Amino acid sequence: MKSKDPAVNRLIKVAADQGIETVWDRYEQQKPQCGFGELGVCCRNCVQGPCRVSPFADGPRRGICGADAHTIVARNLVRAIAAGTAAHSGHAKHLAHALHAALHGKAPAYGVRDEEKLKALAAKMGINTDLPVSELAEELVRLALGQFGEREGPMPWATAVMTESRVEKLAGLGVLPSGIENTISEMLHRTHLGVDADHVNLLLGGISCAVADMAGSHIATDLADIMFGTPKPVVTEANFGVMKEGSVNIALHGHNPVISEVLVQVAGEMEQDAREVGAEGINLVGVCCTGNEVLMRHAIPPLTHSISQELPMLTGALDAMVVDYQCVYPALASVAECSGTPLVTTMDMAKISGAVHIDVDLEQAREKAREIISLALEAFKKRQGRPTTIPDIKSKVVAGFSVEAVLGALAAVDSADPLKPLVDNIASGNIQGVVLVAGCNNVKVPQDENFLTVAKELAARDVLLLATGCGAGAYARHGLLTPEAVGQYAGSGLKAVLTAIGEAAGLGGPLPLILHLGSCVDNSRAVDLAVAVANRLGVDVDKLPVAATAPEFKTEKAIAIGTYAITLGLPVHLGLVPPVLGSAEVTSLLTSGIKDILGGYFIVEPDPHKGARLVFEALQERRRGLGLPSREW
Amino acid sequence: MHKELLIRHDRCLGCRSCELACAAAHSKAGNLIKAMLAGERLLGRIFVSQVRDKKVPLNCRHCEDAPCIDACITGAMHRDSSGVVTNDGGSGKCTGCWMCVMVCPYGVIHSDLMERKAVKCDRACLNDGGVPACVSACPTGALLFAHPGELSDEKRKEFISQLTD
Repeated sequence: MKSKDPAVNRLIKVAADQGIETVWDRYEQQKPQCGFGELGVCCRNCVQGPCRVSPFADGPRRGICGADAHTIVARNLVRAIAAGTAAHSGHAKHLAHALHAALHGKAPAYGVRDEEKLKALAAKMGINTDLPVSELAEELVRLALGQFGEREGPMPWATAVMTESRVEKLAGLGVLPSGIENTISEMLHRTHLGVDADHVNLLLGGISCAVADMAGSHIATDLADIMFGTPKPVVTEANFGVMKEGSVNIALHGHNPVISEVLVQVAGEMEQDAREVGAEGINLVGVCCTGNEVLMRHAIPPLTHSISQELPMLTGALDAMVVDYQCVYPALASVAECSGTPLVTTMDMAKISGAVHIDVDLEQAREKAREIISLALEAFKKRQGRPTTIPDIKSKVVAGFSVEAVLGALAAVDSADPLKPLVDNIASGNIQGVVLVAGCNNVKVPQDENFLTVAKELAARDVLLLATGCGAGAYARHGLLTPEAVGQYAGSGLKAVLTAIGEAAGLGGPLPLILHLGSCVDNSRAVDLAVAVANRLGVDVDKLPVAATAPEFKTEKAIAIGTYAITLGLPVHLGLVPPVLGSAEVTSLLTSGIKDILGGYFIVEPDPHKGARLVFEALQERRRGLGLPSREW
Repeated sequence: MHKELLIRHDRCLGCRSCELACAAAHSKAGNLIKAMLAGERLLGRIFVSQVRDKKVPLNCRHCEDAPCIDACITGAMHRDSSGVVTNDGGSGKCTGCWMCVMVCPYGVIHSDLMERKAVKCDRACLNDGGVPACVSACPTGALLFAHPGELSDEKRKEFISQLTD
């Protein structure tokens, strides 16, 4: 079985019938995958190599320069963290540039939409909030851009979002970064031939880089909220059934809301143009985290996620796939060639051969968006009379849970102390703990299987679930982001709490079973929530019955996120084995030794039932630590 | 007694270095970089396959009673004086009828559709020490070129050392 999503399986069959290759075919072709790479003991950092250290007793123990398995594994891991950090913070920087350009009259499509968030954030960062909005925004964006280079002292965007005790702990370890790009660059330096060869020191460097990743992700979330609005609960539908044969269907794919937001605006203005070509209207749909961004703020239906991204074109009803960057498979160009769907790349730093490239530059963003949508209108005209295959499968979705929205719902129960209902219910055991489910799909796991198993196991045991990224996407497509799922899957304690909050907040029923916090940069929202609860209780995050799981992760970004989560003090379950087993010392540090230093640690367990149990047991260990009643599995 | 290519499958990590080395040794240029630069079409004659978690390299076993020789209708497939089964230099020319491909129980004869010729391990890849390219390239010792008795000797000793541990 390739996917747990019936709509995906139906389109995989269409691909097979038409002889179109997908990610699952390429995975089979790649087998067997190199075991040295799987173990992380292959080094290509210099041209004396490639070197590989043998896992067998009679093979070479060191690379040509003398680096042993521990050094090589640690170097490879921290390079992945640096790449993930570069991706999240590059995204953040694009937002900062857009806001900066808008404030200087060079980006007419953009501006400050959420003054309240701007003021709250400015206050958090120690900026005088009495300033007029444009000056306040200017100050904040200057501070944001100042996070990237080397600063004197640690970055405020890292220290202001953690507990004080965590800041002290990380300062004591010497791992508070002094700038995002400075830290990324240092990791590339340290992993160059002949620099840092101490695996413990390398891992500490990786932790510093992961803190920079958290700060970068936070900037991305914060600036997106200021420019495009802080999400509030929205209701829509997900999966292939949201495509409309008679409409101009445009998929927005990637991660950067700077592109998708302007497309959403302009699509709204081009409805009449769509009707003139015979369409019922323009139907925007989301893929991956760009999909999450526009779902959270505009209730745009999520279509599909991650490994199934090649399938929308196979419906024969997609009129354009517009991509920005990250997790966009180059294979889309070959599918586009077969299906005739325009694949449009929109950023000069992320082109794909075979795609149409329309650079959505800040100054002419609206004009470029109009050009892209016009391409889709043309494609709609051309596809008339051709057969379509739209699997009629969709689920209701309730999303849009920013921290502000969560606190808003909680305030309906206790306006003086919004966190009290959450904290009290954790203490009483109605809620056993909180688990963030994050990360991608991975072709090595039947799509969504681990996500669904982990959520069902934990919800039944009264664990409150938060989700981001493609994990949230999986739950959207399977109907778990709904109040209805509470009745089906939640344990009695969790059900009572979600119902009480939902009813107090005027929803006329429970909150959804799983709260969708947003895209993968929006894991920063989970950080904010955990830190708020920790501060409310006067303990650090590493004492809370809070954990994270990435049961189907694949990207370097996910490795960076997982590392910042353990750095904050969370147990983090991974459903795939990261390439570190070649070094027993690195493996043992990441899964146990680091717990004594940071409180957080990795739990590696590919079986999702066992993984869920290990996460639950980690929550119970923390409950016992706080003197709260604990439960058996 | 001829040396045989023996496989210790528990040591294979699936890096496919044997496939590359085999293809390079059979290229006109004789090495991977030169063959790539010359734009040669590279073909390996050893195949690393994965079934579930097991990764195993397989190539022609040069069977004593070789079904491919019996099935060959042109006389191309034959056993040469050193005991190697090959379809080069036989009494006829390989026409690409794929009879050998069909009868080989190990699936280790490749059908080269472009040249219309069966392609298989022919040991035309030995280095100065007489070791096949795939064996020299194997970084873990999953491939051995030895008398089968040497492998059983090694396995016996391994077994006994487990007993006496």
